[in-house]
Amino acid sequence: MAEQATLEQKAPVADLNEVVTPHRDLMMDAWYRLTKNKGAVAGMIVIAAFILVAIFADKLSPHNPLQLNSGKDFLPPAFVEKGPNGKAGDSSFLFGTDTLGRDVFSRTIYGARVSMVVGIIPTAIIILIGTLVGLYSGYKGGWIDNLLMRFTDVVYAFPDLLFFIIVMISLRDTPIGTMLNGLFLLFLALAIVNWVGVARIVRGQVLSLREKEFVEAARSIGAKDSRIMFKHILPNSLSPIIITAATTVPGMIITEAILGYLGLGLIPSTNPQDFFLTSWGALLLDGQTAINGQPWALLFPAICVSLVVLAFTFVGDGLRDALDPRLQGTQ
Amino acid sequence: MTGYLAKRLLWLIPVILIVAGITFILMHNAPGGPWDRDLSSRQVDPTAQRLLNEFYGLNKPLWRQFTAYMVGDTNTRTGKWVCGLVCGNMGPSYRIRGMSVQQYLFNPPPNRSFLYSKFGYSIRLALLALAFAILIGLPMGVISALKQNTWIDYINLFIATVGISVPNFVIAIFLIIIFASTLHWVSIVPLSWDEFNVWILPSIVLGFGVLARTARLSRATMLEVMRQDYIRTARAKGLVERIVVVRHMIKNAMIPVVTYLGPALAGLITGSFIIETMFGFPGMGRAYVTAISQRDYSMIMGTTLIYAILVAVANLSVDFVYVLLDPRIKLTE
Repeated sequence: MAEQATLEQKAPVADLNEVVTPHRDLMMDAWYRLTKNKGAVAGMIVIAAFILVAIFADKLSPHNPLQLNSGKDFLPPAFVEKGPNGKAGDSSFLFGTDTLGRDVFSRTIYGARVSMVVGIIPTAIIILIGTLVGLYSGYKGGWIDNLLMRFTDVVYAFPDLLFFIIVMISLRDTPIGTMLNGLFLLFLALAIVNWVGVARIVRGQVLSLREKEFVEAARSIGAKDSRIMFKHILPNSLSPIIITAATTVPGMIITEAILGYLGLGLIPSTNPQDFFLTSWGALLLDGQTAINGQPWALLFPAICVSLVVLAFTFVGDGLRDALDPRLQGTQ
Repeated sequence: MTGYLAKRLLWLIPVILIVAGITFILMHNAPGGPWDRDLSSRQVDPTAQRLLNEFYGLNKPLWRQFTAYMVGDTNTRTGKWVCGLVCGNMGPSYRIRGMSVQQYLFNPPPNRSFLYSKFGYSIRLALLALAFAILIGLPMGVISALKQNTWIDYINLFIATVGISVPNFVIAIFLIIIFASTLHWVSIVPLSWDEFNVWILPSIVLGFGVLARTARLSRATMLEVMRQDYIRTARAKGLVERIVVVRHMIKNAMIPVVTYLGPALAGLITGSFIIETMFGFPGMGRAYVTAISQRDYSMIMGTTLIYAILVAVANLSVDFVYVLLDPRIKLTE
């Protein structure tokens, strides 16, 4: 009888709660805060636009990016009446043409493919490896933990760009080096260096979480280590992992651009069937040779690199504010 | 403290050894060698190549070459012991005739001071960039924090976000297009680096990232310090606002910024090679890029190791600067 009475009393209270605050979980809450952040929304729109451009590059580009338009080389952008070399812009070549008469606009569109892929795939690999190793070494400690810390010391002492340069030069002519026009090797080099940072962050999270009461509670009812790691600790360290992922992406894109600019990134393709034809870094390298005569060949890829990287940074900042509201506006 | 310092310093030795090993293996695996010439110019005769390889010990097994580089080996001709890296000898350059790597990097041209060596040039550029970054970035961060959520704050934050995310060589491209290609105020590659005004553009470009980081860091720490109890106490006891800001806020907010200076300087020195190449700057970074394209093995090893040591020592400096500046922190590990 007593039980029934309490149930009846509680029912309306529960109803009231449901009306006042609809149920929202942590991630939906964060998403809501993210959509309120103007910079992050603008960033997401820019990224989405560039992803679409990358996917539909072959449909969107007005010219074949490899086509050498004879007699139409060195054209300034379409809106320029008279370029520094005396030639007038051609309306079919929006961003002008390069030294060989290739359409800069089409080449820039194709360059988006490499940057998007380089931004996303290595980051996914890095997060996966870093999270697994960080979880294990933080929870179990022991020799894996020791090895991780020592490996970190080496990676932190090796200036990473110098490492990428040496790796790219050394292995470029091997079978691994030519896979995916050299992108596979680039992914590999980026992943080897960068997973360590993620592992360190996850490890730090795990070290503090494994002493918490809920982990002790799980352990006391006999949960296995793997269950504690993946069901209890991992979901609670998701926020820093997501933030790290978002802040890693621009670094990857920049590294590819730098290596491309040094002539060590994507191996430029001459086969129009290839998916990756050129990258923004390679375009910057092409443009550099004629920076005084035709700055536009350099200007548009440079603007694209800046836009994409800025967009990812804004989204990353927005994610940090959304997932960890205590930090709002302090970083 | 001393024990901890000694331990960390000792640990540098295996770290540097591993960095040297990885660089050595990768470099020798790279296609081509130091005797390759441009296809357009006269090639080195095969017999001469063999003799050169013998002279420099490049025909020995890789591990012998590595130990010869690190510790030393007897010279095949004279039979004398030549000490390696442990004595500070980075070996002869394979491309710059008659010069060892350390001479090429650290010796200035005749009748000039050390500042005019390759290394000196790079240090000067990095220091100039650092000075620019601190002098602009620090006030930006402090003002942003004091005027949080005003338009000044937003402008500063935007500049800082651009500086952090856009890589410096892309900023260099924009500035070169504006100031060199369009306005013709400066030439991209100056003939001489003796005048001060040619240093302005490269050091602004190089320092921009550090400027942005300094601004963000000092803003963040200022905002944190401003909420502390001791600031309320300082105000409550009737201190003038200016003194509260300068003596209590800025002084405490500077601790993380100052500890960041070491890694920042190391980053500026090691990260300058693209900027140096773009502007034709006669520093160590450009020497490194040239050495890579010429497969000058010993020069690549030398510059990479110098960079690695700089970075490692700079990272190490963070902990100790912290302890020196902040009596609340004690090192225990």
